[in-house]
Amino acid sequence: MNLDYLKMSPPEKFWFNFKAFFRRLPSAFAAFFKAIPKKLYKIWLAFAGIFINVGKAAKNGDWKTRTSFGIMGFGLICRKQYLRGILYLFFEVLFILYLVFFGWKYLAKMGSLGEVARVEGRDPLTGIVTYTYYDNSLLILLYSLLTIFIIAAFVYMWYQNVKGNLLSQEFEEARINLPTAKDDVRSYANENYHKSLLAIPVLGLVVFTILPIFFMIFIAFTNYDKAHMPPAQLFQWTGIDNFVTVLGGGISANSKVFAFTFREVLLWTVIWAFFATFTNYILGMVVAILINKKGIKFKKLWRTILVITIAVPQFVSLMFMSQLLSDQGLINKLFEKWGLIDQAIPFLTDGTLAKITVIVVNIWIGIPYSMLICTGILMNIPADLYESARMDGASPFKAYMKITLPYMLHVTTPYLITQFIGNLNNFNVIFLLTGGEPSTLEMQFAGKTDLLITWLYKLTVSESQYGIASVIGLFTFVIVAVLSLILYNRSKSVKNEEEFM
Amino acid sequence: MEKKKYRSKSVAERISLVLIYAILIIISLVWLIPFVLLVVFSFRGESVGISADYIFPKQWSFKNYITLFTETQFLTWYGNTLLVSVVVTVVQTVIVLMTSYALSRLRFKLRKPLMNIMLILGMFPGFLSMTAVYFVLKEINLTQNLFGLMLVYSASSAMQYYICKGFFDTIPKSLDEAARIDGASRHTVFVKIILPLAKPIIIYTVLTAFIAPWGEYMFSSFIMLGDTDKYTVAVGMKSWLDNAMLMSQGYFAVFCAAAVVVSIPITALFIWLQRYYVGGVTGGSVKG
Repeated sequence: MNLDYLKMSPPEKFWFNFKAFFRRLPSAFAAFFKAIPKKLYKIWLAFAGIFINVGKAAKNGDWKTRTSFGIMGFGLICRKQYLRGILYLFFEVLFILYLVFFGWKYLAKMGSLGEVARVEGRDPLTGIVTYTYYDNSLLILLYSLLTIFIIAAFVYMWYQNVKGNLLSQEFEEARINLPTAKDDVRSYANENYHKSLLAIPVLGLVVFTILPIFFMIFIAFTNYDKAHMPPAQLFQWTGIDNFVTVLGGGISANSKVFAFTFREVLLWTVIWAFFATFTNYILGMVVAILINKKGIKFKKLWRTILVITIAVPQFVSLMFMSQLLSDQGLINKLFEKWGLIDQAIPFLTDGTLAKITVIVVNIWIGIPYSMLICTGILMNIPADLYESARMDGASPFKAYMKITLPYMLHVTTPYLITQFIGNLNNFNVIFLLTGGEPSTLEMQFAGKTDLLITWLYKLTVSESQYGIASVIGLFTFVIVAVLSLILYNRSKSVKNEEEFM
Repeated sequence: MEKKKYRSKSVAERISLVLIYAILIIISLVWLIPFVLLVVFSFRGESVGISADYIFPKQWSFKNYITLFTETQFLTWYGNTLLVSVVVTVVQTVIVLMTSYALSRLRFKLRKPLMNIMLILGMFPGFLSMTAVYFVLKEINLTQNLFGLMLVYSASSAMQYYICKGFFDTIPKSLDEAARIDGASRHTVFVKIILPLAKPIIIYTVLTAFIAPWGEYMFSSFIMLGDTDKYTVAVGMKSWLDNAMLMSQGYFAVFCAAAVVVSIPITALFIWLQRYYVGGVTGGSVKG
């Protein structure tokens, strides 16, 4: 921090920091992309290591080790490590059976995604039309992907098998006792304990998160939509057509509307996430400060009142609010009865007002959480800091700006980032409160308060536009990932540059 | 001299205190009134739609609760949700504890990559993978099936390791080492030493895992699409609100009654275990 900075007035300082942030953005981007070749090189090294090890096994291995290149676990069984050897062999047999009887059928068709969907047959006597189903593009894609995953797992196992065989050969040559089956089992409670602990969690992640994500990435390159619904129809690879459509380069009139909708929804998503995160954060902090203030009694009561509202399931409060705030809802009716208004205030039916309403309701939902988090941290700020600030004649507001806020921001940046990401993908608040309404003709299947995630939901559930939806999902991911990577980097640099106190 | 100074400060202080009390009272009212309204509406005896222009019912009655339990599928939905959340709680707690312990205490080659992958996976919109999961479930005949829903909820729970790992990180490593020297295996250390110390974070994990299925709408509405017998409370109650005919018959009051019935046990549980929840939330937010 140089002296010029200290001389600046607060607005100037803010402007300075604001500019500095954006000036640093390109370099943050550059650093991000510069790191990629380094990472790739590291991955390449890891692969090279695999080849070197396999080569070593081929060169130094005796006939037992070399046989296990083809018959997995052969060397291990010969060297009396029966349990491991048999498990490898069993795995290999299972894999070959899977590939021959199931996986190969689908993998072979992955290039075309199937040729015949169904054949119509008419019974000559009764005239009843029957359908015979053949290729199902969806299943072909899904199972091909699964097969690729399983092949990858097999290659890994094969590599482990080669390494294990070579190792046991080396042990034998050096006349070291080989671990027995009992030792092997026991190692899964010790050196290999992480494998026992993480096997199920990682399997769950692979099957229910990673595989589906890859599946959707592939779907983004197909024309899977209402007109191409398996099993009645096939869908095909269409290259980057969907991306072109969403970005507005398509020839159809639809494309322009899609591009417009995408821009509008994206813009609102970012605005929403920004306001939803910071209004909650700042106001929650203010409430926490008020409750924490010296001399306020019943601290626990105030806190409990707010905290129990967290306990009421969010969907209940959100749906209830959506009813209260509707055009015919209680709030409008009461205002009309009291003569405050002539016609209903369109809390949820006017585009701009609805946006404000969802942010305000979100404040109502979110303040108890941020109040809780801030309370704990506020208590950690050393009281003598405030004492000396007061001695120097600082107003409470100034003390807040100079002590409380910087300290809180410093400590809670990770929380803020996760909140921001969470809000970018906040389905419940929008969907249960407004359902994305009010709708407009200008936009494709989206209303004025739709976020990317709720638009995605509508495109999939009610419109069956799977291809387009995947593209939007991918864009959402890229945006969220880039934003959060920049924020993470930035928070790291802040921490290094000006460690608080 | 000193006395005077004290007094003048006290006046300013008093004004600010009064102001703060006023603000706190207003805040409390704003936060509580909607829930009071919810309860009051649920006792409404007369059948009016949502467009009533008064707060207190013209006649108080338990009619809505009786309708709720005798004429609607609410009890089925309630049972579904309860079953799902109990199973999910058990599975998720076990998975989160295992993942957190492995990532916090054990050192292996793929530790850092695994954590990074989970960070990146967390940035994918969950719904993006939903269609694929749906077709996987359909292939194994688990759509419109509670077991499928449990599978979806608990399958990716490893990604919630963050707060729990932070807690494990604060338990001194010397404890592990002492036990290891005495010959305990890593498994014994985890089960006999770390787990008993982790009670607060276990309760936090259980609490959050139990509450989540009650409010989840996106996945359950998609998986149970069309089969009202398999709905969870959130999906079922939303289906009332979406049905204009039901709403005009005064189902809004039944909705309120259902909301009260759903909220009571969760609120009770929450107040009982509040301390642990607060501890988990405040602990988890600070770790960088």
